[in-house]
Amino acid sequence: MQGLTSDHIVPVKVYFAVAGGLYLLLILTVAISLIDLGSLNIVAALAIAVAKMLLVVLFFMHVRWSSRMVWLFASGGLVWLAILFMLTMADFLSR
Amino acid sequence: MSDQARRAHVAHQFDDRQQQNEVGRLGMWLFLATEILFFGGLFTAYLVMRYKWPEAFAVANEKMNVPLGAINTGVLLTSSLTMALGVRATQLGSRKGAFWLIIATIVFGLAFLGIKGIEYAEKFREGLWPGTNFTFEGPAARQVESFFSLYFMMTGLHALHMLVGVGIMSVVAVMLWRGAFSPEYYAPVEIGGLYWHFVDIIWIFLFPLLYLIHPHW
Repeated sequence: MQGLTSDHIVPVKVYFAVAGGLYLLLILTVAISLIDLGSLNIVAALAIAVAKMLLVVLFFMHVRWSSRMVWLFASGGLVWLAILFMLTMADFLSR
Repeated sequence: MSDQARRAHVAHQFDDRQQQNEVGRLGMWLFLATEILFFGGLFTAYLVMRYKWPEAFAVANEKMNVPLGAINTGVLLTSSLTMALGVRATQLGSRKGAFWLIIATIVFGLAFLGIKGIEYAEKFREGLWPGTNFTFEGPAARQVESFFSLYFMMTGLHALHMLVGVGIMSVVAVMLWRGAFSPEYYAPVEIGGLYWHFVDIIWIFLFPLLYLIHPHW
């Protein structure tokens, strides 16, 4: 968190490490899909997708070094999405 | 640095460059929040349909080309890497380096669309395009057809965003070539990059949801 600093220059090796992590998670998600874990398959697939999203958002999109306001705006969309999911499923799960 | 030089790229309503950049960045994040909800409607439809017809989704999943989907995910992740490196090169004032990194981003984006086109052609040939040409027969043919409706809408809307991203990056590349950016002014590269990464994230979720389905919840 560095206030309004806009010129944070990230070392190249950080970007390559993040990309390496993303490739590993891609291989992992395909590998896990090949084994039958029952209902845990979808949990693992979504957990890996969320991990990949966080890597992209925090490092590639610089949110890790952005202001609190950017953090608020970036999470805001997800909060509204969660409301959309919850209210919809509250209907379907209680029929 | 003289006051005039310091304010060279600052519009008159802003105190300084930092404030101007922060406002631009926040505007893009606000737009991305609306984009989350734009795709959110389709993700909600997916959630409801998969909840109601888990078996049909598993049957439909056997028709998916997982190797091509996985390769395309890798292509898109790589495009995000070159995008991030392109913004970095602009920040450092490396005009040529930034230009070629943005060109690489565009090429990876077009490669993604090409592979997607191969997959679409495959689905057409197999009679999986919903409507009168849908020839899949099985225990849950109607639900499988609904899955493919969702598949084409979600990946189609995503592909449309990819095309827009390629267009934005083409403009950015031309501007870079003309020397429009510097370490003092590179907001369009950074903000265009945010859009590109966002479209990548949508695919990060589409890939497991559309290609890697198991019959359980």
